[in-house]
Amino acid sequence: MTQPIATCPNCGAKIVFKWSSSVQTVCEYCKSVLVRTDVDLKKVGVVADLPPDISPIQLNTEGHYRNKSFVVVGRILYEYEQGGWNEWHLMMDDGTSGWLSDAQEEYAVSFAASGQKLPAESQLQVGGQFSWNGDSYALSVITKAHFRGVQGELPFQYWDKSDVVFADLRTSSRKFATLDYSDEQPALYLGELVEFDDLKMKNLRQFEGWS
Amino acid sequence: MSSGTPPLEGAPKPQVQAVNCPKCGAAITLRAMGQAVSVVCGSCHSILDAKDPQLAILQAFDKIVAADQPLIPLGTRGKIRGTDYEAIGFERRSIKVDEVRYNWHEYVLFNPYKGFRYLSEYQGHWNDVSVCKEQPIVDTRYSIALTANYLGQVYKHFQTADASTDYVLGEFPWEVHVGEQARVTDYVHPPQMLSQEKMSNEVTWSSGEYMPGRDVWSAFHLSGSAPQAVGVYENQPSPFSENIKAVWLGFAALAVGLLVMMIGFDVTAKKEGVFHGAYQLNRGEPKGEASFVTEPFDLGGGTSNVEVTTSAGVQNNWIYVNYALINQDTGEAWDFGREVSFYSGYDSDGSWSEGKQHDAVIVPSVPAGKYYLRIEPEVDPMHPMVVYTVDVTRDVPVTGFYGIGFLALLIPAIAITWRSVSFERARWSESDHPPAPILNRGDN
Repeated sequence: MTQPIATCPNCGAKIVFKWSSSVQTVCEYCKSVLVRTDVDLKKVGVVADLPPDISPIQLNTEGHYRNKSFVVVGRILYEYEQGGWNEWHLMMDDGTSGWLSDAQEEYAVSFAASGQKLPAESQLQVGGQFSWNGDSYALSVITKAHFRGVQGELPFQYWDKSDVVFADLRTSSRKFATLDYSDEQPALYLGELVEFDDLKMKNLRQFEGWS
Repeated sequence: MSSGTPPLEGAPKPQVQAVNCPKCGAAITLRAMGQAVSVVCGSCHSILDAKDPQLAILQAFDKIVAADQPLIPLGTRGKIRGTDYEAIGFERRSIKVDEVRYNWHEYVLFNPYKGFRYLSEYQGHWNDVSVCKEQPIVDTRYSIALTANYLGQVYKHFQTADASTDYVLGEFPWEVHVGEQARVTDYVHPPQMLSQEKMSNEVTWSSGEYMPGRDVWSAFHLSGSAPQAVGVYENQPSPFSENIKAVWLGFAALAVGLLVMMIGFDVTAKKEGVFHGAYQLNRGEPKGEASFVTEPFDLGGGTSNVEVTTSAGVQNNWIYVNYALINQDTGEAWDFGREVSFYSGYDSDGSWSEGKQHDAVIVPSVPAGKYYLRIEPEVDPMHPMVVYTVDVTRDVPVTGFYGIGFLALLIPAIAITWRSVSFERARWSESDHPPAPILNRGDN
């Protein structure tokens, strides 16, 4: 795969896109948020310093999910009452993108699901039942999270956020759904809770004294 | 801190952060690498916000009541299911049933890759606990929840109680509060259990597996030995339930074997009649018993048992016969006395009878040879006239031995069944569904 190379319009550092469909990236050096246009990269903002990393996952972590391999190319960091969590943006080996969340080291992989009928934010209530792709989901918790920052490549523009609302939905299996109300139009992500070991990840962060 | 550097660079940071309690100034060790939500000051026991760099005070205490010491010291690492975990938090919780408070302990374990895991301990009984990834389904067909289905397995409702958090130490991945109440519902499928914790706005399910104390001790390399477990715990695997089936299958197999042997010996036994004699005792005078000897008879074949049958037409009467079975060639003798008596009558309860009109005795292991009987009968002086017959049969099947063998097999099977039933009764007597008293039928 050819990796598009550009330079940061702010500091001139080299910008390498690992995923050809990335819409947004963050310059590793000057922290400028860069958005791809037809011709070049445009600086749209700057990310604040991120808090110390607590996740074992980092950019360039590699892993496997359901016979596909993936590389972590970006992330969105949120904070909520239980602390921070990341939505790691995965570049799957078939060119699609997925998400790996790590809230309190409970891992879940999900994918954007388009073309579904979604409830408005005002219609949400805990216990509400929904059905997508033949699975029935029950709304378990509504989380008001705080957007904390981004890193690396993302499949959409995502930087000028503050408080965002998520609704988590569970099934009787490991399948779960997340409704994301951070944009005008709600977005649905369908996925499943996974075991850390099952992802067979490499290139993880090292914790001193732990292996 | 790390955001200024590109990923994958820079040395790993030391993982134990040292900070100080904002209330008492004591040093606080943070072991959960930023994953904890609450941390407790080990000195003044204030509960602090672990997500806040200033460690804002969430709950403070004037005095600490009923302090507790974790059996696994915080900071100890152990291996559970192949993964290293560090004990980072400890709490004592309790439920109150009939004005009696029952305390148990929970340990928070942490691994920076795998996250959190828990150990619970009640009177020496341990459980390895983790949060359920699949949601159990509670059977709501009845007004009370009697079963829950988890990963295709049915768990029986054990107990629902209001648990309070009474004492905390270390770090927790939730906002912990002393005095906090949760409604805890346990379901069991030994050695597994399911626990539902209901707080005001949150329902959490966790699953546990019974862990013997000695396994905890070896996993965490603790000194000394694990405290002895008291009583039967709700999901403690029964040491008998596995055995019961095997014991009864074994019993059935051996009983069938015995039956086959019994039939086999019965078929192969010769049951050879070797002597028959009919006698009449008619003596006017009560004393001076007469004894006589029979014609000699042959005991053929090899050494075998010999059955001597005495039959007498006694009616409210008795005859006692002293026998000697004597080898004509060697003079070896077997002496034995047998009584035949039969009484019957009629009273206010109706007719009754007692005794039999014949008697059989087996003389074991009599060598082949020529034998005769010496017979010395005694009778009731009131009924001096008795007719009786004597039969000698060699090589007869013996059934009493099989009965004893059968009982010998049956006793351990019953014993183990009894112990298993007792174990299950002990388990369920602590539940919301105690078994009925054993004398009242209809439990289970």
